[in-house]
Amino acid sequence: MNETTRRPHGIVVDHLSKSFGSVAAVRDVSLTIETGEIVALLGPNGAGKTTTIDMILGLSRPDKGTVTLFGTTPANAVLAGHVGGMLQTGSPPQYLNVRELITMVASLYPHPLDVDHVLEMTGTAEIATRSTTKLSGGQTQRVRFAVALVADPDLLVLDEPTAAIDVEGRRDFWNIMRSVVAGGKTVIFATHYLEEADAYADRIVLMARGRVVADGPPTEIKAKVGGRVIRATLSEVSAEELMTIEGVAKAERQGEGITLSCSDSATSDRVLRELLTRYPAARDFEVHGVGLEEAFLVLTADNEDSAVSGTDDANPELDGPGFER
Amino acid sequence: MNFTYLKFEILRTLRNRRFLVFSLIFPLVLFFAIAGPNKMVIVEGIHFPLYYMTAMASWGSMTATLSSGARIAAERQIGWTRQLKITPLSTRNYFAAKIVCGYMMALFTVLALGVAGTILGVHLSGPEWLKLVALLLVGLIPFVVIGILLGHLMKVDSLGPALGGVTSLFALLGGSFGPIFQSGFMLKVVKDIPSYWLVQASQSVLSPSGWPPAQSWIVIGVWTVVMSRLAVIVYRRDSNRVS
Ligand SMILES: Nc1ncnc2c1ncn2[C@@H]1O[C@H](COP(=O)(O)OP(=O)(O)O)[C@@H](O)[C@H]1O
Ligand SMILES: [Mg+2]
Repeated sequence: MNETTRRPHGIVVDHLSKSFGSVAAVRDVSLTIETGEIVALLGPNGAGKTTTIDMILGLSRPDKGTVTLFGTTPANAVLAGHVGGMLQTGSPPQYLNVRELITMVASLYPHPLDVDHVLEMTGTAEIATRSTTKLSGGQTQRVRFAVALVADPDLLVLDEPTAAIDVEGRRDFWNIMRSVVAGGKTVIFATHYLEEADAYADRIVLMARGRVVADGPPTEIKAKVGGRVIRATLSEVSAEELMTIEGVAKAERQGEGITLSCSDSATSDRVLRELLTRYPAARDFEVHGVGLEEAFLVLTADNEDSAVSGTDDANPELDGPGFER
Repeated sequence: MNFTYLKFEILRTLRNRRFLVFSLIFPLVLFFAIAGPNKMVIVEGIHFPLYYMTAMASWGSMTATLSSGARIAAERQIGWTRQLKITPLSTRNYFAAKIVCGYMMALFTVLALGVAGTILGVHLSGPEWLKLVALLLVGLIPFVVIGILLGHLMKVDSLGPALGGVTSLFALLGGSFGPIFQSGFMLKVVKDIPSYWLVQASQSVLSPSGWPPAQSWIVIGVWTVVMSRLAVIVYRRDSNRVS
């Protein structure tokens, strides 16, 4: 897809909300994604990523709010063949081999890619004649990626595409994804691995309990969630001044206490040394890693009403830093 | 019509041997086992093998068309139906492919029973054969639609028993295993059930007019319209995650 035929407007998610019974799965989510952006939806299980994606794809109807894809509704964008998706759950149907499956799916689109080309690109050419039921986890995901890709979509939506594969397979998958979308497709992918979001997205949208709690470039998000936090007692030094210490991503003051966020432990070590050198009066040091868990609590606490609702489920389904299981 | 999509749907249906067994082998075995020893018996004014051939063709082809529901439920369970919904495949083409596949299986059953009937001495003229097959295919329309409806309504676990129950009930009431009501109120009731007219197809062909009564066309038509409406509504609503 070249510059001139690229879809204008990108993706606009406007005040989206969706509940299942008493569970508010998505609460007032707004996002604007430019054409060509690669965006990660990062969050723990139950954060509302899949529910958001389902509404973006037009698979479920929002209770409130709207989704606009390239200036039109999700249903119209899907009908026009602008959208390719890899859903969180979904295996290829039985009784077809890989090439037959991709050929069948290609036939549904107005301007599909060449099937052999897609098999080549997704690394599925060597399993083209294998039955869809006889694939490994990694192969299945690559085939499902081929299903999403053969449409030659402007928007590619991938919901936890690497959930079922091992670390090596995951790396392969993302390398393929990267090379394939170099052509300027817009990509939204959901993940609960911080490292994945960091490595493969231009932008991370952090979700927790149905809300967007942070949205920015990976470095910024990493500083918030993947890094270290230094707490100390130190008066009479402004947060602005503390920001001048190299490596401090964020500085805050609460009364006598200061909180400095750094992107990683090497940085926090350096910052700590510098802090001690500059301000000998500083005391009560406390350094600790910020797992996503804590990051979410901190970030959601910034948001008044979610801080209240945040206490009713004080045990979010988190699996430790980065959610690695 | 998207013929590539249809072609692969047909291929998938043919490669599924399990359903072939249920809709083809069972009715054939029953036909030979029961009609064989009763060649000379007369039922409802016609020779038993002809009655039973039509009855087994009805039962087998009902099983064939309704079992498309099982394939649909399985596709929903693995998430394939949702995947299709994020492609430009239209509701019409989706249903068309399902209907063609259900029909194809039904046609196999009907033809197999026709051959089996001939072996047991069923004798019909060429036009009568054609008419019988045509009437069976028309009478099957509601069952194709009911199969699709059930496939989108139920989960895989509950669909097996449901299909078995629905098929048996329709077959039993319709007279696939022998006429159950000779007269009275219940006969009136079963005449409003489409499977009754499927089983009656051979009587209709051999009746003085050579055609089924008006009531049969109305019954088939009404069931088809109502079930199609329901099926489309259920399909459109059915984009939630299943498991
Ligand atoms: N169909 C559904 N019925 C009831 N609750 C649901 C349904 N789908 C999602 N939820 C709930 O909504 C919340 C968000 O889920 P989901 O969007 O799947 O999160 P994620 O994809 O981030 O793991 C969870 O609490 C989940 O249990
Ligand atoms: Mg999810």
